[in-house]
Amino acid sequence: MSAPAANGAARGGASYLTDGMTLWSWLSTHDHKRIAILYALAITVFFFVGGAAATLMRIELATPQADLVSADTYNRLFTMHGVIMVWLFLIPSIPATLGNFLVPLMIGARDLALPRLNLASWYLYVVGGAITLAALLLGGVDTGWTFYTPFSTLFSNSHVMAALVGIFVTGFSSILTGLNFIVTIHTRRAPGMTWFRLPLFVWAHYATSVILVLATPVLAMTLVLLGIERVARIGIFDPALGGDPLLFQHLFWFYSHPAVYIMVLPAMGIVSEIIACFARNPIFGYRSMAYAMIAIAVVGFLVWGHHLFVAGQSVYASMIFSLLSFVVAVPSAIKVFNWTATLYKGTVSFEAPMLYALGFIGLFMLGGMAGLFLAALALDVHLSDTYFVVAHFHYIMVGGSVSAYLGGIHFWWPKITGRSYPAAWGGFAAILLFFSFNFTFFPQYLLGMAGMPRRYHEYAAEFQGLNVLSSAGAVILAAGYLMPLVYLTWSLRRGPRSPANPWHATGLEWTVPSPPPTANFADPPTVTEAPYAYPVQAHSRGLPRPPASRLPRTP
Amino acid sequence: MWVFIASEVLFFGVLFFAYLIARLRFPDAFSAASRRTNLTLGTLNTAILLTSSVSMALGVQAIRVRRREAAAGLLAVTAGLGIAFLAVKGVEYRDDYRQALFPGGAFAFAAPLRSGAELFFWLYLTMTGVHAVHLAIGVALVGGAAIRTARSKVAIRFLLFVECAGLYWHFVDLVWIFLYPCLYLVSRS
Repeated sequence: MSAPAANGAARGGASYLTDGMTLWSWLSTHDHKRIAILYALAITVFFFVGGAAATLMRIELATPQADLVSADTYNRLFTMHGVIMVWLFLIPSIPATLGNFLVPLMIGARDLALPRLNLASWYLYVVGGAITLAALLLGGVDTGWTFYTPFSTLFSNSHVMAALVGIFVTGFSSILTGLNFIVTIHTRRAPGMTWFRLPLFVWAHYATSVILVLATPVLAMTLVLLGIERVARIGIFDPALGGDPLLFQHLFWFYSHPAVYIMVLPAMGIVSEIIACFARNPIFGYRSMAYAMIAIAVVGFLVWGHHLFVAGQSVYASMIFSLLSFVVAVPSAIKVFNWTATLYKGTVSFEAPMLYALGFIGLFMLGGMAGLFLAALALDVHLSDTYFVVAHFHYIMVGGSVSAYLGGIHFWWPKITGRSYPAAWGGFAAILLFFSFNFTFFPQYLLGMAGMPRRYHEYAAEFQGLNVLSSAGAVILAAGYLMPLVYLTWSLRRGPRSPANPWHATGLEWTVPSPPPTANFADPPTVTEAPYAYPVQAHSRGLPRPPASRLPRTP
Repeated sequence: MWVFIASEVLFFGVLFFAYLIARLRFPDAFSAASRRTNLTLGTLNTAILLTSSVSMALGVQAIRVRRREAAAGLLAVTAGLGIAFLAVKGVEYRDDYRQALFPGGAFAFAAPLRSGAELFFWLYLTMTGVHAVHLAIGVALVGGAAIRTARSKVAIRFLLFVECAGLYWHFVDLVWIFLYPCLYLVSRS
């Protein structure tokens, strides 16, 4: 056990896991660590429900004809997949689980600033999730996750209202989580934890929270307007009633494009932590990394119009949005270059979390580059609403966010549970997921280029070859996602106990025992050094000494 | 609390944005329709709400200088004015309904202006309705603060709570300050 870890071990008290064993002690907890676990359980359920819907869709698409489900069922399946994955899995995935668990630990705090609000946000999430799930299972919704008007208000006979209510409630849980993080990061930092000593994971959550707080209310109010229009048949979005359907799309994407950054910014935070740790190098260009995340959050608010290039938006507006969409690629590219530079001359080891992180960089780049294709006005006319778009955002959200989420789970699993998982299985699953993911989604880029439109359950016979590839990949991918579920669950009881700092990583969260005591820190920590002080620490632990030129500059 | 208010601003922002777009589409219908709103009651409500913000500000100050009874009284007055606002708003809704200003069914405006005017009143109801819901929450908060202040020996403990309730109250007031000219005044110049 490393020296600072002795801090809490001697007199830190019981671990948060054993501090109260009744179900009620979990359901009424104010401990950010326990709430993180509650969130993790809930989103895992939703992930597998949404994943099952996707698997069914891919099986249907193995042949050009409709042989498994009808057109209507297919519509309901992809709506269910989209709604669950976006609002009930991806948005809360990293912030509400890993973020909830780690942000207070990383800044040296006892808890979030508003613990009761944190618990309330979980209950809101569960209630909203239950309503949405009920709407999706008791008949389903056929509008697609985007709820475009006037279809969603006038023509759809499915459970649109219930789904709207569910998402509305879930939205408040996001707002409360974001609000809590902002207040916590401002007010609960330990002595010496200045803004530029914050781990990038915390910076990422700060940027994410700003988006959560400022974008989600727009969605909430848009859904209210949509709901009133649907019920009262009077409206602002329906052209037959004098409304403007483009207005709905503007308002919807004003939330939903920044929402992409809600999903990917925390992922970038995780990857920064993992890369620095397993390259044994301080992160390259720390400040530019922090500023890049803030820049992404800010510019990300100004690019929503690129979803409306072919919807009838003014061409001058489209030009501006196109330009801004290219601009937002700059900070993203800065991050990719900085991660690569962090690897340079590092002592790289390929543990499971590192495999996920490296996978993230590759897949995020492929997805991001495809985004530039779509941001180009003329090209977008050809690619809009094809499988190219589907492949693009799955590379960002699944290849990016889900990879990083799993990487983070594998990185902090010993800290969260106090147990180690079988390293070989971890590495195998990471590699399998990487390849089966590409197997599934790369063919979709080609299909989109060839002109196959999205959201149909049938397609022209010439597309079959690539679709079979994609469907086969999807089945392996689905099996791959079950693997961590199995061996991580196994490790909860059988895994060997983990020391406080199994990866020899920097960061305050590794200075407390695994699993951490309820009160986090026995003595409030004081921070005296910059984050990611890697080579020095690695050397002092008997790891290979890096060349002198790579020693960190003192900040 | 400031962060929460930032969030709320965006929440109302959607409505104002929708109002702006709709107004640009139907300038004539909007100006005709907004002349039918009840200026007297709207102005009365503006006065009530502005007064309530004064008593709210004084209430927070009273707690700060540890004048407990004064604080409890001022907070109660604030909550009471909030209730008065809601009551006036209810009367106004009733009058609007009687004049067939609620969209759908028999509507006060005929064909060329009808769809625009319906849109106006639909927005009018939604915007004032959402505002009224916020105000009702504010009444509950401030009323609760008044009761707690009256019962407690050391009201200074509630300072943070009352300050937050006050911020919220002023925010809701401010929303009305924007709603009032948009819905009642602009077309009457």
